[in-house]
Amino acid sequence: MYIKKECVAMLLAGGQGSRLYALTQDMAKPAVPFGGKYRIIDFPLSNCINSGIDTVGVLTQYQPLVLHDYIGNGQPWDLDKLHGGVHSLPPFQTALGAQWYKGTANAIYQNISFVDRYNPEYVVILSGDHIYKMDYNDMLEYHKKKNADATIAVLEVSMEEASRFGIMITDEDDNIIDFEEKPKHPRSTLASMGIYIFTWKKLRQYLIDNENDESASKDFGKNIIPDMKANGEKMVAYHFDGYWMDVGTLDSLWEANMDLLNPNIPIDLYDPEWKMYSRNPIMPPQYIGSEAVVENSMIAEGCEIEGKVDFSVISAGVKIEKGATVTDSIIMPGSVIKAGAVVEYAIIGENTVVEANAQVGARPESVENRDEWGIAVVGHNVNVSENAKVLPKQIISENI
Amino acid sequence: MSAKHKILGLIFANMHDETVFDLTKQRTMGSVLFGGRYRLIDFPLSNMVNSGVAEVGVITRSNYQSLLDHLGSGREWDLARKNGGLHLLPPFSHVASGMYRGRLEALYGVWDFIKTSDADYVILSDCDVVANMDLSDVIDRHIETMADITVVYAKDVLSLEQTQKSTILGVNDDGRVVDVLINPQMSGACNLSLNIFVLSKEFLKNIVLEAASRSMYSFEKEILQARSHEYKIMGYRHEGYFSKIDSMNSYYKANMELLNTDNRAKLFKSETPIYTKVRDNAPAKFGIGASVKNSLIADGCIIEGKVENCILFRGVKVEKGAEVKNSIIMQEGVIGQKCDISYVITDKKVEIASHRMLTGSQNYPLYIGKGAII
Repeated sequence: MYIKKECVAMLLAGGQGSRLYALTQDMAKPAVPFGGKYRIIDFPLSNCINSGIDTVGVLTQYQPLVLHDYIGNGQPWDLDKLHGGVHSLPPFQTALGAQWYKGTANAIYQNISFVDRYNPEYVVILSGDHIYKMDYNDMLEYHKKKNADATIAVLEVSMEEASRFGIMITDEDDNIIDFEEKPKHPRSTLASMGIYIFTWKKLRQYLIDNENDESASKDFGKNIIPDMKANGEKMVAYHFDGYWMDVGTLDSLWEANMDLLNPNIPIDLYDPEWKMYSRNPIMPPQYIGSEAVVENSMIAEGCEIEGKVDFSVISAGVKIEKGATVTDSIIMPGSVIKAGAVVEYAIIGENTVVEANAQVGARPESVENRDEWGIAVVGHNVNVSENAKVLPKQIISENI
Repeated sequence: MSAKHKILGLIFANMHDETVFDLTKQRTMGSVLFGGRYRLIDFPLSNMVNSGVAEVGVITRSNYQSLLDHLGSGREWDLARKNGGLHLLPPFSHVASGMYRGRLEALYGVWDFIKTSDADYVILSDCDVVANMDLSDVIDRHIETMADITVVYAKDVLSLEQTQKSTILGVNDDGRVVDVLINPQMSGACNLSLNIFVLSKEFLKNIVLEAASRSMYSFEKEILQARSHEYKIMGYRHEGYFSKIDSMNSYYKANMELLNTDNRAKLFKSETPIYTKVRDNAPAKFGIGASVKNSLIADGCIIEGKVENCILFRGVKVEKGAEVKNSIIMQEGVIGQKCDISYVITDKKVEIASHRMLTGSQNYPLYIGKGAII
């Protein structure tokens, strides 16, 4: 017996995250560590429970082991519910055969029966690769007030940035009258955040129709939204003015981590009213040694810091030895930076060892040709040997 | 490994409350905060869980609201179980006045619970010892030596002040306990009882029911001491790291010992972790101008001042220009701008307004009670 839910969330977490490839070889993008003690998926999951949405389907496909393990029964997010809760939804076999998720719309289509069990009025569609704090319930109230069939969350971006996003063109009542995907000459600066609320009955029909259309690419952005628009459904834009970051690239992942250290950027992880939940590491408090120098940084449980750390995000269980320097970098859980090693403008994956006197990354000033500069990245479980050098912009996923 | 035997763990949460009366004014010994993110009960409880004990009863007497809040369903210790798991045992009013006078009376008070357990052996533990200990080895030795009672002890050099609050054992070459001194006036090298005992459930039943009929209540005096010749009481020497908390001084010292890397390695082992309640704090944040040396910092702290030789619990704020040295700042403490604090223990949620200067001494750290605003 299932109890009716007003709103069910469907979280798209199956993407490979190919632009993060050094970090997503063995794990899906939403499972990539973020902010010292989180994984990216903690943000949408915490937003759900904080918004009062307690039924979440997580659509997984690419390398789901770490992600499934992490989500578990949903207890860390208080999503282990008798009625509802979080459910991992990988592709499955049916009497008609087995199918991968062929696109975002197809993934939801294949799980219509999951949503139907809760008989919801509304469905919110979320992505597993965005860092933000948002009350989906406010958006839902707006959807209801506007009597909309679809509501798309939008963010004001600059004209230059607009070319990288799906852009919504609205009238004065925030009705969406047109949209364009990554336009060269944007007609508006309202970028879609990839967060949709649909009236389930409507969406359900569009998903079925789209599935029956052999030529369709089974994608929300390419099919469902244009189809609804073409049929004159009521579609509105919901303005969001908080912090939001798509962490789909190595650069944006680095930048979003650095934003956590910037007091002028409004993403507060210390707000008791809107806690970000995660599977907490079982480790003692961090120890900062007698010769350590730590400033402008975030450091998680279980770390042993004896070296110098500045403008960096240090995840749980990391060791930074005496004489090692870490600046402007992200160190993911369980990694070790040995004595004399220098890590600058870099991302170091999980359980990686940077041996003594190795050098990973460099400051932008150190490179003559700025086009050759970029964030250096070392993947998970890699050993960077003594005195080895990982150049700026270099991406390493094998021992060197 | 004693996997073939079923073990029941019993933890006395209120024993020794009086030794750190400031800290236990509003809580049990078991819920005294320790080491940046723990409560004292986390240590015996985690040791039991890590040693394969699947059923634990926590015996309380008074002031146990914070303990109940901390333990919840026992999920964080993996003790939220259909079979066994964690059982909280507040005093039952039908025995005596509900306020037991000693261990035997307390055990008799919860006898109905112990009776229904299908355990073969019982481990009794207090909350005054901080250690990472393999209790399954104690059980194995208990069985091997066919002891009636096994007492865990450690060799240590104690001062007069310490022995007055301790049980000291005389152990012969065979490991048998032949002498028991309770709160003696002595000093020097001693066999210090760590207040962890193993008995078979059957044996425990005999002594608890006999004690009830003879109005005996002290396990130490009336069993260990009075019957050390009648019963086979064996000592099990714990050789690893430990600290015993029996005064404000030893509490301060035990916390500060965690600043030593070797001690931390012995207490916090990745294969036998110490579990505690999860609070979902963000990682600690270090601001511009922060300077932290030789300190243990828990999650959720925001540090903008200077911190040296300190233990900061979860969610502590040290504001700009503040200097905190040699101090223990418990959960959600706030040290205001330009404060100068040294040798101070602040209980939970203490706020110290800016520009204050507070100084205790190494032998007598200044204690500030829960919720105080200075």
